[in-house]
Amino acid sequence: MTAVPLPYRVVDTRPETADTVTIRLEPVHETLPSFAPGQFAMVYAFGVGEIPVSVAGILPDGGLLHTIRGVGAVSGALYALRPGATVGMRGPFGTSWDLPLAAGDDLLVVAGGIGLAPLRPLVLAALAAPQAHGRLNVLVGARSPEDLLYRDELDGWARPYRGVAVDRPSAGWKGRVGVVTTLLDEAPFTPAETTAFVCGPEVMIRATARELLHRGVRPDRVLVSLERNMRCATAHCGHCQLGPLLLCRDGPVVGYDRAEPLLAVREL
Amino acid sequence: MATAPTTTRDLGSADCVLDREGLDALVQALRARGRTVVGPTARDGAIVLAELESAAELPYGWGVELEGGHYRVVRREDEAAFAHSAGPQSWKNFLLPERVRQWTADRGPDGEMTVRAERHDPASYAFLGVRPCDLRAIAIQDQVLLGGRHRDDAYGARRTGAFLIAVECVEPGATCFCVSMGTGPAAGPGYDIALTEVLDDAGHRFLARAGTPEGAEVLAGLPQRPADAVTRTAAHEAVEAAAGRMGRTMPSVDLRALLADTLDAERWNDVAARCLTCGNCTMACPTCFCTTTEDVTDLTGDHAERWSRWDSCYDLDFSHLHGGPVRSSGRSRYRQWLTHKLGTWHDQFGSSGCVGCGRCIVWCPVAIDITEEAHALHQEALSKGGPS
Repeated sequence: MTAVPLPYRVVDTRPETADTVTIRLEPVHETLPSFAPGQFAMVYAFGVGEIPVSVAGILPDGGLLHTIRGVGAVSGALYALRPGATVGMRGPFGTSWDLPLAAGDDLLVVAGGIGLAPLRPLVLAALAAPQAHGRLNVLVGARSPEDLLYRDELDGWARPYRGVAVDRPSAGWKGRVGVVTTLLDEAPFTPAETTAFVCGPEVMIRATARELLHRGVRPDRVLVSLERNMRCATAHCGHCQLGPLLLCRDGPVVGYDRAEPLLAVREL
Repeated sequence: MATAPTTTRDLGSADCVLDREGLDALVQALRARGRTVVGPTARDGAIVLAELESAAELPYGWGVELEGGHYRVVRREDEAAFAHSAGPQSWKNFLLPERVRQWTADRGPDGEMTVRAERHDPASYAFLGVRPCDLRAIAIQDQVLLGGRHRDDAYGARRTGAFLIAVECVEPGATCFCVSMGTGPAAGPGYDIALTEVLDDAGHRFLARAGTPEGAEVLAGLPQRPADAVTRTAAHEAVEAAAGRMGRTMPSVDLRALLADTLDAERWNDVAARCLTCGNCTMACPTCFCTTTEDVTDLTGDHAERWSRWDSCYDLDFSHLHGGPVRSSGRSRYRQWLTHKLGTWHDQFGSSGCVGCGRCIVWCPVAIDITEEAHALHQEALSKGGPS
């Protein structure tokens, strides 16, 4: 499951934005062990290469959703796949969003750009068990309205709060303009009893976490998903080091109490 | 994992004495068991590790002269076989080869992908002349590649098939500091057979002891004589004397804490001005394990292969993340190597990543010395009134 990829078939592709697609995969023969929200798979485009991609959806039949932005050689090849194509899949790898840790807490889900993809299965899990926690807040930041993912799903995520902020509005945009943290004033949560789940560009993660700590959320209750170069995903290749962490093993989801001092060092 | 004692002896098994013919019989016995015997031999101006057909190929009478960025083989006045310290290679060249095919994949006419795992039927090695520092290095790579949640099965197959004959150090090099790292000059655990070379008026011989049942079985089949007090004492004293003749030392502080506390040190700028970021230290280091992957296809495009090959944290691409490297400066890349080796290795794998073999000093083209850098960081920390 972890050393050699299993073939999965692309059964559906759904364009999200101009450069981003969500693909639905089903096992051709064998199925990988089940994924938890926040974990990632190594997705192999035949002959091109393999990249880590967090699961954007965990389907009951063993299928998986991955949202892929086609920016590099491998992600570009995956972006271009059509239904019927086969990819190789290894996983599951890494740590997951610890929803049980947040039992009874208000939930604060903060996403920047494609960082919403790894948070989607967490939101769905929280929506499925509303009695297990307090208020669910989903805060989404994007460059422009056209860069928003899962547009037809977002409205259903307001339990009670769902906010969207964009950097560059386009004609007709009636929502917030600015960075995602500007939404925090609107979201109903009690900082001392809140668990936050943050994913996005590193600069957005740091700004969000700093703001949350300032408002009184405990550092170990700010869970962030970090990214570094990954080649093996099995803690053998050394690429994903962030100081003492091997992010394929000790991450990608890390408490900000551990992440903060590491992100504070330039080029660590 | 246990730290190797410096000079204590393994009293658990009976020892015996082999002479040079006994050593040759050892090589032949291992070959007769179907093993590929690899050991040191003098070739191309260096002591290299290569397949041995007989013990006669050992570098009898050769020593080495080591310094920062300097390596020369030198003729000795005696006929010692193991009077050299770490050479340009280490056992990782055999246990973790530079390039390994991991799997192959074929795409059929209907687009179906078939992936085939690579079969692991490696050579059954016997390593002759594993220095105590390198014995520890093998244990460290075992922990990295076999000790976690995911095992590297190809490494595991090569490793479990390997028979290890340690040779204790009686002739440390000028760049050695195994005593500082607690890995030598006496052999720690992990060997099948340990030898100590003794060369005095009573002749040229090897005090031998077994560390495993297979080691005992191999030893029992060799021409030998019971260990005598003179040989035991000579061997013991030679190893003990070696411990006192280390060419280098590490500062006697908690290196893990020192490295964690000096991420912003000025010294990194100093070493970055000298470091060529060539990666030689990572290639020569017996514990550096980093690899990258390569995906290739044949000309039809329907046959693909996944290879892993050695990589180095000095390479700009090593930390590449959409758009550019995380560690773009030489300062950050040298710091990554040293803090990992001496510090964060503890967090990741439960021990130091340095065994004190000195290879990184010898094979650095600009003679950067890991012990000197650690001392400098320690001095800077002291001058700033910090801990350590």
